[in-house]
Amino acid sequence: MIESYLPQASTFAGDIDWLFSMVFWIVGAWFLVCSGVFFWLVFKFRVPNGSQATAEYITGEEKSQKRWVTIPHLLVLFCDVFIIYGAVKVWYDVKQYLPPPDQEIQIIAQQWAWTFVHPGADQKFDTADDIHTVNELRLQEDAVYHYHLSSNDVMHDFSVPVFRLKQDAIPGRVITGWFTPTESGEFDIQCAEICGIGHGLMPARLVVEDAAAHTAWLAERSPVKLAAVTSPVVEN
Amino acid sequence: MAESIPTQPSDPHADDHHHEEQSFVSKYLLSTDHKVIGMQYMFTGMAMALIGGFMAYAFRMQLAFPGVEVPLWGVVTPANYTALVTNHGAIMIFWVAMPVLIAAFGNYLIPLMVGCDDMVFPKINRLSYQIFLLSAIVLISSYFVDGGGFGGAWTTYPPLSAKAEYNLTPMGASIFIGAVGLEFVAFLLGGINFITTAMNARAPGMKLYDIPMVIWMIVIASILFMVSVGPLLAGAIMLLFDQQLGTAFYDPNRGGDPVLWQHLFWFFGHPEVYVVLLPAIGITAEIITVFSRKKLFAYRTVLNTAIGTGVLSFCVWAHHQFISGIDPRMAHVFTLTTLLISIPIAEMMFVYIATLYGGAIRLATPMLWALAFIFEFLIGGVTGIFLGASGADIYLHDTYFVLAHFHYTFFPIAIIGTFAGVTYWFPKMFGKMMSDRLGKIHFWGTIIPFNFIFIPLFFLGAGGQHRRIYDFQNFPALAGEGMQDLRILATTSLLVMLGFQLVFFYNFITSLMKGKAAGKNPWKANTLEWTAESPPPHGNWKELPTVYRGPYEYSVPGREKDYWPQDEPN
Amino acid sequence: MRPIATTRSAAGMPTGLLAVWWIVASEIVIFGGLLGAYIMYRLSHDAWAGHAANTNTLIGTTNTLVLLTSSLFAVLAHQAAEKGDGKKAARFLMYTMAGAVAFLCIKGYEWNYEISHGMTITTNTFWSFYYTAAGIHGAHVIAGAIIMGIVAKDAAKGLELQRVELIGIYWHFVDIVWIFLFPLLYIAK
Repeated sequence: MIESYLPQASTFAGDIDWLFSMVFWIVGAWFLVCSGVFFWLVFKFRVPNGSQATAEYITGEEKSQKRWVTIPHLLVLFCDVFIIYGAVKVWYDVKQYLPPPDQEIQIIAQQWAWTFVHPGADQKFDTADDIHTVNELRLQEDAVYHYHLSSNDVMHDFSVPVFRLKQDAIPGRVITGWFTPTESGEFDIQCAEICGIGHGLMPARLVVEDAAAHTAWLAERSPVKLAAVTSPVVEN
Repeated sequence: MAESIPTQPSDPHADDHHHEEQSFVSKYLLSTDHKVIGMQYMFTGMAMALIGGFMAYAFRMQLAFPGVEVPLWGVVTPANYTALVTNHGAIMIFWVAMPVLIAAFGNYLIPLMVGCDDMVFPKINRLSYQIFLLSAIVLISSYFVDGGGFGGAWTTYPPLSAKAEYNLTPMGASIFIGAVGLEFVAFLLGGINFITTAMNARAPGMKLYDIPMVIWMIVIASILFMVSVGPLLAGAIMLLFDQQLGTAFYDPNRGGDPVLWQHLFWFFGHPEVYVVLLPAIGITAEIITVFSRKKLFAYRTVLNTAIGTGVLSFCVWAHHQFISGIDPRMAHVFTLTTLLISIPIAEMMFVYIATLYGGAIRLATPMLWALAFIFEFLIGGVTGIFLGASGADIYLHDTYFVLAHFHYTFFPIAIIGTFAGVTYWFPKMFGKMMSDRLGKIHFWGTIIPFNFIFIPLFFLGAGGQHRRIYDFQNFPALAGEGMQDLRILATTSLLVMLGFQLVFFYNFITSLMKGKAAGKNPWKANTLEWTAESPPPHGNWKELPTVYRGPYEYSVPGREKDYWPQDEPN
Repeated sequence: MRPIATTRSAAGMPTGLLAVWWIVASEIVIFGGLLGAYIMYRLSHDAWAGHAANTNTLIGTTNTLVLLTSSLFAVLAHQAAEKGDGKKAARFLMYTMAGAVAFLCIKGYEWNYEISHGMTITTNTFWSFYYTAAGIHGAHVIAGAIIMGIVAKDAAKGLELQRVELIGIYWHFVDIVWIFLFPLLYIAK
């Protein structure tokens, strides 16, 4: 369903789309049946205004009558089980389970910009070779990333629609999650939690590139090398 | 249940009601009559609906035509935009849905439908309205203070709402919290009357299962509101202290926790949906039984599902917080409870559809609204399943899919439910019939554009468009022509729908002035309010009625008439 | 003139009683939210035990006793009202109000001392809770005392004696809230 609007650019995007489609078909069928019965009843039993036609007297309290409600009711419960199963499974894979990482990044939200930090060659944060970018996140295709999301001021939300990923950034906490980009290209990053009047004005770009291009970019942007030539990239 | 000692109909007080000559002020502004207070709530709610609708118009124009000079507003700035969406949401829920569905219909209908002369505590009732009116004025005043109206969404999440340096509305944020707090107090006071009147002041002979469904629903809604709002009131005081005194309840840098507010807010916020839903469901029950001449299918089941929904609604709040950093394991629990709530709600829908079976359905205007409520709410209900499923919510959270979903619940509740109730009880309230032809034009002119506003938003949401964003042109994936066309379609439909509301006001006013006299019981309904004069005088009846049976005895076999009023001995 | 509705009691419970229980229930959830939040914070901040050590348990205990005594007078007032003795009921209500005033004076002294020693509402979140919870409770004490004065005035004339019981229920509730606040703010150190 969703894949027809947006590419699936992470490993779990397909799972989430599958869950969406499953729910769509189940509730869509229920909706069609319910509204079909509803319109059929209205059409069949309608009488003109002012007509003297009388209705049947049905209390709905007897078992034989009540089963018209209880049987569909049990079917709803039956369908709920499938949806709960799917929801729990997908949620576990995306949010609860944390595969070992190939790369790590820090994401820092503030009013109204995103700062992304790559650890640089030493794979450690808060060292001299950290690479800071503002409003542009560059990632390597097919690498498992851990992100450490934090906020400097208010609630924000790191949302990458093509990854189907979304996570609130909470001031005072660092939230860790994961994703694996699977498709190279340029995509949108949105803030999905209202963060003040500039909330609509903090778009960031996501660039996913293959390993070779990404390594080259990292090397080029390494502040250790750059420091001699230019001033470091703006830190937040 | 102990039966009361019946107050004799020939009560000496009964006469007093009629020789009070009242001046305009004491009759309409300081009245303690439940009917006048109900009207006050209704007209205040409608005025606020116009303000909320105008806000929707202003920000929808900005979304469809970014940067355009919106007629009657001007250019919408980012600060305007956030303040508009914030206040639109708050107004439509707290100052439209609640006052009209619970307070207006509750005040007007409870004494009339349980057969007594007024609310139990008329002065508390008047105080409740006065505080409510004050809260509305306070809210609107926030637009005229330094910094303008609050723009941190109706959810008011701290730290954004807690610090002026973040939200840039030093006064607006506190006024917003104060106004919402006053509104809560008004409804807690109103609730005293709803409960005591419905439970204690019932007419002699009216047993618990003889109470009309809409009264039950308003009572259950009042209880849900009372239980859920307390923690939020405490939280609101803490937030106000954070704003004004510099405490740090929600400030993570000084030992507070901003997520606490989210729990307090949604512990209230989710039951709040059912607080407004249940009265609308009740109104629908009254109308579909009358206009299909049918007994309500399984009265007790409807009542039990309402109570079940109410209890479950306290166990689902964190589904609003799936991705807000709560323990990921908690999501499973809340997915389970959220999907379980589909069971009583689905049952309720089935019961209403079953009620239609074998009926003699007359498609008068109130019935059209009631049927539309069932159908449109069905869409709102089924799209909620996507969001309750935690895995799918990772993607859908805070997109326009959510927005479209809850508009498919709130619009049927607040707007369709209200129009159903108003068109149905208008003859009782004013003693005149409304034009059925104009009513139907207004109905179709509202329902069709409504669907054209919000169905496109489902698609936009599935396409990854997030809420509360001022201008989508900043996002290349959302700036495409196809998506912009959908936004323009939604905005145009909104304009059409707002335009058709003029038909309603024209119909309302002309019917009031020269509508056909309604008589006591134009719809041939059973419930007690239809045995009073239209409009009922102060004190409602000369002799208070006695009740002999349940409210839905339509088309009883072997009887000459197809209805059997509750107060007829046989 | 009172509507007939006020005099009915189809549910078998006097209407005033039903209304007071509604108010008490809505207050319970307000304090429940506040104290629930306090307990959650307290459990996640070990340092708060140190802040709580600065509260004066002796004053807290005295105030608890004052409130319990005033509740006893409220019970006695109810008993007198049941017997139809409005004058006696009014007198006992006056004693209850005296308890409320004593409570507030002690509280005022205590806050004055604490604020002058640098423990204000913004010192840290423990003190924020301390002043917020006790402050909201104090507002209820004041409101209760005022309403009690109105009830006592009528009761002295033998009017509206059923209200003596109603204000008593409310007063016991205010008392019970303090019974929860006292260990949470003063004893748990």
